[in-house]
Amino acid sequence: MKSLRAWLVRLSGLWTAARRDHDMSDELESHLQMHIDDNIRAGMPPAEARRAAILKLGGIEPIKEAWRDRRGVPVLENLARDTRYAIRQLRKSPAFTATAVLVLALGICASVAIFAFVDAALIRPLPYRDPARLVGLFEQIPLCPQCPLSYPDYLDWKRLNKVFTSVEAFEGTGVSLRTDTGAEMAQAAVVTSGFFRTLGIAPILGRDFRAGEDTPAAPRTVLLSYAAWQKRYAGSAAVLGQTVTLNGEANTIIGVLPRGFYFAATGPAEFWTALHVTPHSCYEQRGCHSLHGLARLRDGVSVRAADSNMKLIAGELERQYSSNRGQGAAVISLVELDVGRLRPILIVLLCGAGLLLLIACVNVTSLLLVRAESRKREMAVRSALGGSRARLVTQFITEAAVLVAASGALGLIAARWLIRILVSLIGAPQLAAMPYLNGLDLNPRVVAFAAAVALVTLALFSLAPVSRSFFPDIRAGLMEGGRTSAGTVWRRFGANLVVLELATAVVLLVGAGLLGKSFYRILYVDMGMQPEHLATIRVAEPNAVHNDNKKIVALAHDVLRQTAALPGVESVALTTTLPVAGGNTMWIRVLGHPYHGEHNEVGYREVSAAYFTTLRAKLLRGRYFTDADDATRPPVIIIDRAFAEKYFPGEDPIGKQMVYAGSSTDHPMTVVGIVDNIKEGPLDQNTWPTMYVVFDQDPDDRFTLVVRAAHAEQALLPTLASSIHRLDPGTATFDPMTMADRINNTPAAYLRRGSAWLVGGFAFFALLLGSAGLYGVIAYSVGRRTREIGVRMALGARPSSVYRLVLKEAGMLIAAGLAIGLACSVAAAGLLRSLLFGVTPSDPQIMAAVAVLLGFAALLASFIPARRAASVNPVDALRAE
Amino acid sequence: MSKADVWQGTLALMVLKTLDTLGPLHGYGIARRIEQTSGNLLALNYGTLYPALLKLEQEGSISSAWGVSENNRKAKFYKLTRRGRQQLSHETRDWQQTTAILARFLAPSGDAV
Repeated sequence: MKSLRAWLVRLSGLWTAARRDHDMSDELESHLQMHIDDNIRAGMPPAEARRAAILKLGGIEPIKEAWRDRRGVPVLENLARDTRYAIRQLRKSPAFTATAVLVLALGICASVAIFAFVDAALIRPLPYRDPARLVGLFEQIPLCPQCPLSYPDYLDWKRLNKVFTSVEAFEGTGVSLRTDTGAEMAQAAVVTSGFFRTLGIAPILGRDFRAGEDTPAAPRTVLLSYAAWQKRYAGSAAVLGQTVTLNGEANTIIGVLPRGFYFAATGPAEFWTALHVTPHSCYEQRGCHSLHGLARLRDGVSVRAADSNMKLIAGELERQYSSNRGQGAAVISLVELDVGRLRPILIVLLCGAGLLLLIACVNVTSLLLVRAESRKREMAVRSALGGSRARLVTQFITEAAVLVAASGALGLIAARWLIRILVSLIGAPQLAAMPYLNGLDLNPRVVAFAAAVALVTLALFSLAPVSRSFFPDIRAGLMEGGRTSAGTVWRRFGANLVVLELATAVVLLVGAGLLGKSFYRILYVDMGMQPEHLATIRVAEPNAVHNDNKKIVALAHDVLRQTAALPGVESVALTTTLPVAGGNTMWIRVLGHPYHGEHNEVGYREVSAAYFTTLRAKLLRGRYFTDADDATRPPVIIIDRAFAEKYFPGEDPIGKQMVYAGSSTDHPMTVVGIVDNIKEGPLDQNTWPTMYVVFDQDPDDRFTLVVRAAHAEQALLPTLASSIHRLDPGTATFDPMTMADRINNTPAAYLRRGSAWLVGGFAFFALLLGSAGLYGVIAYSVGRRTREIGVRMALGARPSSVYRLVLKEAGMLIAAGLAIGLACSVAAAGLLRSLLFGVTPSDPQIMAAVAVLLGFAALLASFIPARRAASVNPVDALRAE
Repeated sequence: MSKADVWQGTLALMVLKTLDTLGPLHGYGIARRIEQTSGNLLALNYGTLYPALLKLEQEGSISSAWGVSENNRKAKFYKLTRRGRQQLSHETRDWQQTTAILARFLAPSGDAV
């Protein structure tokens, strides 16, 4: 208590230090005067009286020092003094300070911004109750390790499993929403009644689905997302009990979901309806797979145990139902499903940012060392005047701390901008799949990370002066010529740092090169079509025509005709599933081939007659569809090359017949043509064998219009929508996008594009900083050797030999940096493996390109000081010193 | 007994006692008084008094104010606070107990161990 009060007084003393020091001097002076008075009264001569008084006091300055130590908090005062001194010193050399702060801020900014993404995706838990216990359930076939499941299978899994406390099913869909003006497409999701309870999410308004609300007879109810509630109902509480018409059916609004709620697998759905099995719907058939499973693990059950339990159940179902043959099950943690794809990329990016930070640190360390070197005399003087070594090191570290603090603050501000820019670059469709990145900003964890980075940086800087040779002995430091020993130390130490910098730059360059080449390979992968100048828009016909194939076909043809008449349209076609979208498969049986119920799973698309000519796909054999292939004629199909190779090896497929597995053989489909493979699935995967059927023979009320434009396909998109609405207001259109954008927005493309650009950016700065570091070392070394060079030239050395002298030194460093860097990058490329496409981690082209690029930049950096050395005037050089 | 240095801790007690006896006093006066009271057995470096005074002031046992000395010199006068008086009585009792124990311990007696 007593000492606490004393400390508070001492701390507050920091602010009144000057006044109180003055007070102390006065008090000591008055003390001496009184003592002198007494001494004189006792008969001493005045001079003697003063001497005796001072002796008795014990020296004025030591008393003051002791008093000062007692008055305030010396450590803090020293720190404040050092900080003021450091700021003054730094302001005296603005070029050095600006360079150091910018370089460090760059490194800190990059790593903090990337960390914000790592934090959002990998560290922050998903916003559900105990998210680590949530898993996704999938059916598994060789072609598709994570496939949707059918409703009957879901019910069996729910009934038979012993590892989950609850099992739910869901499906993200688009719904046609009736509005005042007509119809509009909206994103929606269909879920079983316990879905939100399993997640641990409660509505903020109204109620959740009740158990049993997902039975066929139950009244239709819907939950609104917070965004839909705000956008469509202005956040009104009176929304409960209102009805909303989705796909032609009235649904009662029973609740509103919380603001922060998201579920990556469904996308940002606005309407959440309970799943109702309707007659003849997909949900009734065991072979129709449209649902995803969500389950919560029982306590103590691992994902692996759940996986084997579900595989066992899938095995039983396989024996029981022929439709389940070859069908396994997979249980994967929800966290893995949501962020698993992003993890390797984020780790690569974080490593890249870390390497950039390392280079920045090394660079600033070099700058600090060079500066310390040039202030060696100052240090020597100060230590001769009694500055302890510890105080001098503290002074050095304080200066570094001021630099780091300034860079940290600047880096943090810059990181905030960088985060926003990066998020805006991701694009809306991808953000919908990564909802955890929405509203990404600095948070306490990210700021703490920045602080930790700053501390580590400072620790790295503090290592430098701890090396014993940093503060040379005083005598050598005071001597004007006493530069040799420390100069050598710096040259050796600085040279090592530069090799480290160059090697790091090589690693980043190779990484950027590999990612860039993968991205290039992805972009120029053979699509089997010409995606340029294609505009696409998805169309949902009104529910009135829902079950009438004739009307569906008639309306589709109206849409095609109306669109073809638009100016700037070259040709138009439709398909149920666009290229690169994947999905949609069928099981087939080739007539005339042995068949034992095996699952021949092939891709499946319903397309209009002009589809292949509009895409400019290549016909290999046979013919395209024509308008004559309609519902009145026997069904015909076109298959792709992969299909022909897999199911008709050594045969001519034209004229061969097949049926869907399980259906009767009375109405077989006849192969009339073979097209070259079109990239129907992800760009980085081989296309499945795919069959195309005629839309008119197997229509669907949802399809996508594909329009080849003469030019400016982007400008055509709004026209497409308005023209279709003019034709029929009840037809909804959504998701207008050019084919090129669709391809760019596939994960295979944007993940590589993003990481290639970012790592490329890191590599660019690494190259810049590495070259600057090399320049610094060589320039310093040349500066030191000016006199030696002067002597050499005076003795007849030519400029060319001076060049050789300097460039040889640089060449050794470059060669060492390159060799170490290339060796490290082969190892580091293993980290990239999952992101690479069409290149090997040790791609010789890239290695060579990096070597040339770095060698060129580094030689350029060392050429400048070499030229300065070669143009030295020997007379001046010898006179200098 | 040779002239002993004033050891830490006891100096504070002496300062408090001096102020208690003599009332408000300046640093020089306190130093002289301590020396005189000890019968010149204590060799006090007057300078060491000031950090001790500062510590007591920071702890709130004494307070200080500028005034004029008996010889018309400007001087800083220290005076005991209420807290200081409490501290003095506490420490006096502690000190007396300690010395009593030690005295009994060191007294020559027949039943020594």
